[in-house]
Amino acid sequence: MTDNVKPPLIQFAGVTKRFGALTVLDNFNFEVAPGEKVTLIGPSGSGKSTVLRILMTLEPFQEGRLTLAGMDYHEPGAAAPFRASERHLRNIRSHVGMVFQSFNLFPHMSVIRNVAEAPVRVLGLSRDEAQARAVDLLALVGLADKKDHFPSQLSGGQQQRVAIARALAMRPRVLLFDEPTSALDPQLVGEVLAVIRDLAHEHDLTMLLVTHEMRFAREVSDRVCFFDKGQICEQGSPEAIFTAPSHPRTCEFLASVLG
Amino acid sequence: MQWVSYLPSLAQGALVTAWITLAAIAIGALLAFVAGIARVEGGRIVSTLALCYTELFRGTSLLVQLFWFYYALPLIGISFEPVATGILVLALHVGAYGSEIVRGALASVSVQQVEAARALNFGRWHTLVHVTLPQALIEMLPAFGNLAIETLKLSSLVSLISIADLTFRAQSIRNLTLDSAGVYTLTLVGYFAMSLVLMMVMRLIERLARRGAAFPRAAHS
Repeated sequence: MTDNVKPPLIQFAGVTKRFGALTVLDNFNFEVAPGEKVTLIGPSGSGKSTVLRILMTLEPFQEGRLTLAGMDYHEPGAAAPFRASERHLRNIRSHVGMVFQSFNLFPHMSVIRNVAEAPVRVLGLSRDEAQARAVDLLALVGLADKKDHFPSQLSGGQQQRVAIARALAMRPRVLLFDEPTSALDPQLVGEVLAVIRDLAHEHDLTMLLVTHEMRFAREVSDRVCFFDKGQICEQGSPEAIFTAPSHPRTCEFLASVLG
Repeated sequence: MQWVSYLPSLAQGALVTAWITLAAIAIGALLAFVAGIARVEGGRIVSTLALCYTELFRGTSLLVQLFWFYYALPLIGISFEPVATGILVLALHVGAYGSEIVRGALASVSVQQVEAARALNFGRWHTLVHVTLPQALIEMLPAFGNLAIETLKLSSLVSLISIADLTFRAQSIRNLTLDSAGVYTLTLVGYFAMSLVLMMVMRLIERLARRGAAFPRAAHS
């Protein structure tokens, strides 16, 4: 972290998120610097995925302030639940990409169309440009030879790599990974992590990663945040968190997952 | 071999039945998509209008609708040809039932697909046209096949507003010849043959839609 030299790219200030009577994030404060790679760990239900889903505008939040590159998620006077116009939300989304636990590729499109579709429809690229971009990205994730396959013909690991290429094709500033390997067979986890590891070397890309792969978190992240009950209970460099956790809940959690 | 002499007249009636059925299915499918999409994507006013249409036409008798359009509507100065009335009413019927099919199929596309589209910054229209509708279409086809056959059979009601369809011709011949068994057996065979053709066409469309690797047998990953 470059101590407050650059203003934070993402800033949660007192954000509260409720699902009915359940409070998922409680007066949540969190900042991410441009280019930073942050891993969110913690027990399930602790609010990690909700942070990503709020950033992607898939979930509204009720209180507090969230900004991305200086843009406020809420617009004054706009209606609930998102308290922002569709246009404003789309403006925010243009900076953010997301990789889902269950890949969520479009089953009726070939691999290359999965990657090229949004650049054509949303960014207005020509088919040729978008396809060229897609081919490059598929090569980056090692799947150039699968471009004409359909998602159902790929393994889970391959599908997730396509999903990463698809998200990258929109050139987001922030890429969110929501448990990207949790739905995969153990022998397929490695190929996906290898792709994410390569991306982590990209200087400009800001990454937020929710994962249960502790060794991987330690390798790729600049900062690890331990979540518990809708709060960040402890955060710091991977070394600090994994070798010398100070909070008892962190110790407990790490003991349970590292066995 | 008296029944052979019925055939030319019955065949003419069958043509009218086929024409009315096909036209009603085509127009009705269009209405079904408009109303079904309006139900899912429309604002409160648009979706309520679509709901009213659907429930009004699902909740009243098709026969009475035909009479209403044919006998009552002209009283306020709006009248159509009998065949146009028949097609219109049947189409409204197909549209009402079809809109439920469209709505249900759109709702069955997983919310994760919509979220993926949103994460890629697709607008609502693009999400509908390029992500949800293509997947929903596959789910709709069997139900639309049923509805098409249902429409063929229901089309016999138009004989009651003096349209010379297959049923109307059968009645006329029976009144002349009193050969109920022969005439009605032939009529049943006629309807069955036409529904068989419809069934085969729908199967073919379904097969074509599922062709290729996009939707293997065990879809839904």
